Amino acid sequence: MNNAAITLDGSHLSHPAISNDHHAEEHHAHEHHEQHFVWKYIFSQDHKMISKQFIITGIIWAIIGALFSVFFRLQLGFPDTSFPIMEKMLGEWAKGGKLTPEFYYALVTMHGTILVFFVLTAGLSGTFANLLIPLQIGARDMASPFMNMLSYWFFFLSSVFMLVSLFVETGPASGGWTTYPPLSALKEASKGAGLGMDLWLISMALFVVSSLLGGLNYISTVLNMRTKGMTMTRMPLTVWALLFTAVLGVLSFPVLFSGFVLLIFDRNFGTSFYLSEIFIGGKALSHIGGSAILYQHLFWFLGHPEVYIIMLPGMGMASEILSINSRKPIFGYFAMIISLVGITFLAFVVWAHHMFVTGMSPFLGSVFVLLTLCIAVPSAVKVFNWLTTLWRGNIRYNVQMCFAIGFVSLFISGGLTGIFLGNSALDIHLHDTYFVIAHFHIVMGVSGIFGMFAGIYHWFPKMFGRFLNSTLGYIHFFVTIIGAYLIFWPMHYEGIAGMPRRYYDISSWQSFKQFQPINGFISIVSIIVFAVQLLFVFNFFFSIFRGRKMTTKNPWGATSLEWTTDIHPIHGNWEGDIPEVHRWPYDYKDDGNGGDFIPQTVPLRPGEENHK
Amino acid sequence: MLQAAPMAKENVWGGGRSPYNVSYGKMMIWFFLLSDALTFGALLISYGTKRFFSAVWPDANQVFKSFPFLEGNDLPLLFVSLMTFILIMSSVTMVLAVHAGHYGDKKNVAVWLLWTIIGGICFLGCQAWEWTHLYGECNGLWGAFTTENMPFDSFQGFFNMHSPAVADIVVHHSKVAQEASHQFFNYFFTITGFHGAHVTSGVIFNMVILINVVNNTYQKRGHYEMVEKVGLYWHFVDLVWVFVFTCFYLL
Repeated sequence: MNNAAITLDGSHLSHPAISNDHHAEEHHAHEHHEQHFVWKYIFSQDHKMISKQFIITGIIWAIIGALFSVFFRLQLGFPDTSFPIMEKMLGEWAKGGKLTPEFYYALVTMHGTILVFFVLTAGLSGTFANLLIPLQIGARDMASPFMNMLSYWFFFLSSVFMLVSLFVETGPASGGWTTYPPLSALKEASKGAGLGMDLWLISMALFVVSSLLGGLNYISTVLNMRTKGMTMTRMPLTVWALLFTAVLGVLSFPVLFSGFVLLIFDRNFGTSFYLSEIFIGGKALSHIGGSAILYQHLFWFLGHPEVYIIMLPGMGMASEILSINSRKPIFGYFAMIISLVGITFLAFVVWAHHMFVTGMSPFLGSVFVLLTLCIAVPSAVKVFNWLTTLWRGNIRYNVQMCFAIGFVSLFISGGLTGIFLGNSALDIHLHDTYFVIAHFHIVMGVSGIFGMFAGIYHWFPKMFGRFLNSTLGYIHFFVTIIGAYLIFWPMHYEGIAGMPRRYYDISSWQSFKQFQPINGFISIVSIIVFAVQLLFVFNFFFSIFRGRKMTTKNPWGATSLEWTTDIHPIHGNWEGDIPEVHRWPYDYKDDGNGGDFIPQTVPLRPGEENHK
Repeated sequence: MLQAAPMAKENVWGGGRSPYNVSYGKMMIWFFLLSDALTFGALLISYGTKRFFSAVWPDANQVFKSFPFLEGNDLPLLFVSLMTFILIMSSVTMVLAVHAGHYGDKKNVAVWLLWTIIGGICFLGCQAWEWTHLYGECNGLWGAFTTENMPFDSFQGFFNMHSPAVADIVVHHSKVAQEASHQFFNYFFTITGFHGAHVTSGVIFNMVILINVVNNTYQKRGHYEMVEKVGLYWHFVDLVWVFVFTCFYLL
């Protein structure tokens, strides 16, 4: 174990030299004495192992979060039926097989928190930034492997607190995943606003620390540790996307953290940052003069960039996978980078479109409408580039390609409804309805997870040296994409009709009763889709041990550096020297010997032009 | 664009080296400071919105006019000026420590780091005195001034009663003034507390580094970059104080 040697410290700025020295030692160590289990699998500082830790933790959270949605979908779809199995699993919270309203709110809150933060932030960028950044830029490891390990363990600790909160007597936080005050600030507001909310805040504060440690590492690694010849404009788009994801996280999470600090004081120390005069049971509370809207500003200053923290890794991976499996260079490489820059910048100036109905000045609202609609431009640039990459490609419909195409499809479908919601006038009607649910689940939830699935199917061989089973993969893909549309498409109609989100039971409203059969249908589809995700989980864990073995280094015929490492790369990634890079990562063209791609490590041929 | 031909060896972005000639550690510190700046930015902007939506606001010259051992005299902002001076001087000593580090001058690094630590501790001591004073004499703390129908003389001392407009609001719309006092102390204790926590952690980092300096850790390593890194953090914490000072004491 000689990780210290991998890290760059101040005196050694030209890393290939030192890391090569180091490499010899590492190789030596690798052959002669196996690392202890604890250092190899638990407190590992190898970025590849840390990415495995992130993905497995993420999968566990995804199962929990998705299971919660099945529980509350049962309530929404069949409000009059009792499901004894729920009582078995949830006990008091589902007495007689019917969810209590309190626990319904706890479930929707935790579903959102878990999926947004634990799965699609930590699980997604934690996994792929760790796996891909060093491998694709040609580095032995992250800039600071130790901080990288801490990043995972802070995430783990945060997970523990969140998990514990599920089991406390008063239940987990139940004020919605955005935890708006006063519901989140007053312990009297609901059962979940007590201990559950405290644990939620502790967990999320730890999560911010984890995200910060990870993000600083990703940025420094990309800027500082590229191998020789790997100019910024020769980096695969995955690395570009993960770089901007990290930038978004590093700049937006601290504001959320400030928001939490103020919330913690409001909850525990009698301050009134978010609380104004409130009466509970006819008695005035001692809070005066605060503004609940302030929390919304602080929350959405993170909350909106968070959407792109979820989306960008998927965008990067989809770009890579679409290009590889179309056997064509990515269309508009520079346009892809510039649109990432545009999205990253705009992400910080659109947050108030979540707050059009908070009573903000209509003029301010119109500014945010304009800025919000601007995001359609870089998003559309990306979509057109993906479609033109596919155009006349020699397409291989393997599982990851299906998921990448599904990602583009969902991004378009969900993005279009974003144009509706971005208009403040329309938003007055649509806000807090199922239209919003449909919009963000398609564009961010399902699309984000499709990017993740595409990445998993594509890089699973790199992670574990074996392939996922593709038959199960195709079943997984088709059921999930059809299911996703069947679940969320009808919600648009419900939302346009005004059906509000977050309601426990809509059957007492004459105007929404008509949707009960649709709700039942949605619930049945979501159970089927959930079952198929379990099939994927089975495929994942089964293939780690029993999957078809990888026999060649570069099974997909890709150009980027991660496929030049051994099938089971050592800690340090490359035996011998780190390869030097001579070309951009999308040279899918005639290599002169009948092949259709030229790896980045192959020098330019005489007369061949550098990609510009 | 940056894509120069591979033969152009002078391309600093060409990979195989650090484009800014800095180590990853220093780069991370810079990005961390950027991130932390947003934490403080969010808190100070929250304070600003509250303040500018309020018709009256406590006047720093009235709230902060005490000095240890000279209580009762009207010495507006004198004590905080001393605090600020101490903190800025500790930044100067930190510069000298970093400078000595560039020459590998172990003794001077240790001496100046020690002075920096002393400066930091003095600043924290001053802050402790000021908090105690505000709590003791002014009854200010988190969640203070929330009793219903509080008489205005319990908080009128914070306001500039010489201004007729302010005095009118404090006397006739005392609820507005009470609310402003409540919010002022909430933000004051939270933000100076958050800054104080940063100073405390800075002092602890400096102590750890000082111990390493004395134990020759950096002499053996051949460079004193760790001193520079904690130096960056220390200067940042001082810079934040300049903004906190401006927002709470000057504006």
